[in-house]
Amino acid sequence: MSAAGTSHNQAAANAGPGGGLSGLIAKRPEFVTLVLLMAICIAVTIANPAFLQPSTLIDIGRASVVTGLFALGVFVILAAGGIDVSFTAIAALTMYSITLLVQKYAPDLSIVVVFAIAIAGGVFLGVVNGFLVYTLRVPSLIVTIGTQYFFRGGLLAFIGTTWIMELPGEMATFGRLSLLEFETANGAIVSLPVYFLILPVVAVLTWWIMRRTLMGRAIFSLGGNPEVTARLGYNVKIVHLFVFGYAGALAGLAGIVHITANRLANPFDLVGTEISVIAAVVLGGARITGGTGSVIGTMLGVLLVVVVDNVLVMVGIPSTWQRVFVGAFILLAAAFFVTRQRKFKPAK
Amino acid sequence: MRTKDGHFTVLVALIVVLMTAGAIVSGGNYLSLFNLQSMAGQVPEIGLLAIGVMLAMSVGNGGIELSGIALANLSGVAAATLVAGHFSASSDPGMFSLFFILVALAVGLLGGLLNGLLIAYLKITAILCTLGTQMFFIGLAVVLSDGRSVRVGAPGPLYEIGNGFLFEIPISFLLFIAVAGLIGFVLRYTPFGLWLMLNGSNPKASEYAGFPQNKVIIATYTVSGVLSSLAGIIIAARTINVKWDYGTSYLLVAILIAVMAGVRPEGGYGRVVCVVLSAIALQMMSSMLNFMGLSNFVRDFAWGALLLGFLAIGRFRLTDFFSPQFRAVTASVQRPQARK
Repeated sequence: MSAAGTSHNQAAANAGPGGGLSGLIAKRPEFVTLVLLMAICIAVTIANPAFLQPSTLIDIGRASVVTGLFALGVFVILAAGGIDVSFTAIAALTMYSITLLVQKYAPDLSIVVVFAIAIAGGVFLGVVNGFLVYTLRVPSLIVTIGTQYFFRGGLLAFIGTTWIMELPGEMATFGRLSLLEFETANGAIVSLPVYFLILPVVAVLTWWIMRRTLMGRAIFSLGGNPEVTARLGYNVKIVHLFVFGYAGALAGLAGIVHITANRLANPFDLVGTEISVIAAVVLGGARITGGTGSVIGTMLGVLLVVVVDNVLVMVGIPSTWQRVFVGAFILLAAAFFVTRQRKFKPAK
Repeated sequence: MRTKDGHFTVLVALIVVLMTAGAIVSGGNYLSLFNLQSMAGQVPEIGLLAIGVMLAMSVGNGGIELSGIALANLSGVAAATLVAGHFSASSDPGMFSLFFILVALAVGLLGGLLNGLLIAYLKITAILCTLGTQMFFIGLAVVLSDGRSVRVGAPGPLYEIGNGFLFEIPISFLLFIAVAGLIGFVLRYTPFGLWLMLNGSNPKASEYAGFPQNKVIIATYTVSGVLSSLAGIIIAARTINVKWDYGTSYLLVAILIAVMAGVRPEGGYGRVVCVVLSAIALQMMSSMLNFMGLSNFVRDFAWGALLLGFLAIGRFRLTDFFSPQFRAVTASVQRPQARK
């Protein structure tokens, strides 16, 4: 009761003069992301018209796939009130060990089977995360920092540290399959690869799970208020296993996409990109404490982060400054979204 | 609030076991004065960062400090680049050391203050805030140093802090113990310490009790930032060079030390003496893995496993079986559940 009172007061204090606008922001936070994205794109186009070339846009599209898959997984976990930093390690571990296995035992394996194995491996590792988070009852950040080192240390210590330059069979050709192809003015061939399609498919699937199934309800509910969720009769353990398993599956998928796109399996890749993925999801309007967020917002957040990453150089910001800008950007955006977040802060 | 758990006993036992095992594995070399000194010299930097993590965790509100090592490196890099322009390390070692330390501490203070202000007033979740500042601090260090490693040199007093000995004990270690003692004293005997821990155990109650909540949070993160910069000074003094990406695994290790020390990740409980012991135990394990000739990757793997293991120990309160007040502790088991 008292909690409702304080949150009401805070909401009233935050409404301020622009009540209508802040109401819109509160309901559809991804609107802000969209405006921000468009503003950046317009500013960059003015600074450097080369930005609007199809090749740049396709580059951004390609770069969004892996980040986007990771982000959808993180979004589901954030919605359930957790956080995951081990997904990059899961991706690295599955992609590298599967490439090794395929190369050694079944070089002609169909790419579909490779994806299936990667997803299964990711689910397994993700479920390990979910089980630990549920059983140990500690913040999932700490658990997943542990599993990140565990998975990645295991990969580098026991599986291998060398790059695989020659991908076996279909893994090598899949990355080169293109959806559409055209020549730019200066003669270079730009292509939108087939693997780009994976992202929209997974996005729609995630949207369906979150908005059209009981599991989606349970996930948002768990993120909003775990205790009430348990009392409502949801099986909290299953929800934990599901969200982490789902994020693991997407991580496994993203890992294979990553190597087929790069035509190289590097076990040192991916780990270290967690921060920008989490930032993307948060910039898309998902609250880091759970219970909110949308697939559209997440996708816009991913685009925002990928665009910012790609255009800093184009507008003449030296690469040494990149981290300063991205870090400051995360903080500013987080501070901005907080106005909205305080309104629904659950009683702790 | 201060129910003693069994972590102290367990950690002391662990250190004794490690000493014995190390002596057996290495045929006595492990316990040589040289190795003990070198281990003690490596504890302070990570131990200081771990105390910072402990403070952030203890203050609650989902508190955690992920920007520690980034801030430590930034302090070192900023101090090295700024002070080198005004004083020469070789011809004016005293002034160089003095200003190096002052600049580094100021950077740590400002960095910690930034974290505290963002978390207390803008209400950014600590995870998100310290992730953002982590990237921001790393970025600043890259900009200041142009991505290269910066040479500090070996100006007398500063070099002594990193490499000198007093009664055969590394000065950095003595400094660490002194700082840890001070923090422990503050936590135990001052209102600030009480507020910090109570805010962690029940933020709502401490709000209604009229504690200066925001000030406590800001002070906590500021102290944590200063500790990071102290670690940065010791790193600079010990390694003679500073670089923005030094000690990338420290982020995990600092959290691991805090969890091993029985600091409750959800806030409200933590003992500095256990953090010190836990840092020492971890360094001993690390040296032991070195003695056995295992790679860094095995070490990362082991740290991950160890963190998960100690989380399980904390969860199921296995250490309580070693506690002298076993019954008192079991009686309070229900408390955290009731709070949620």
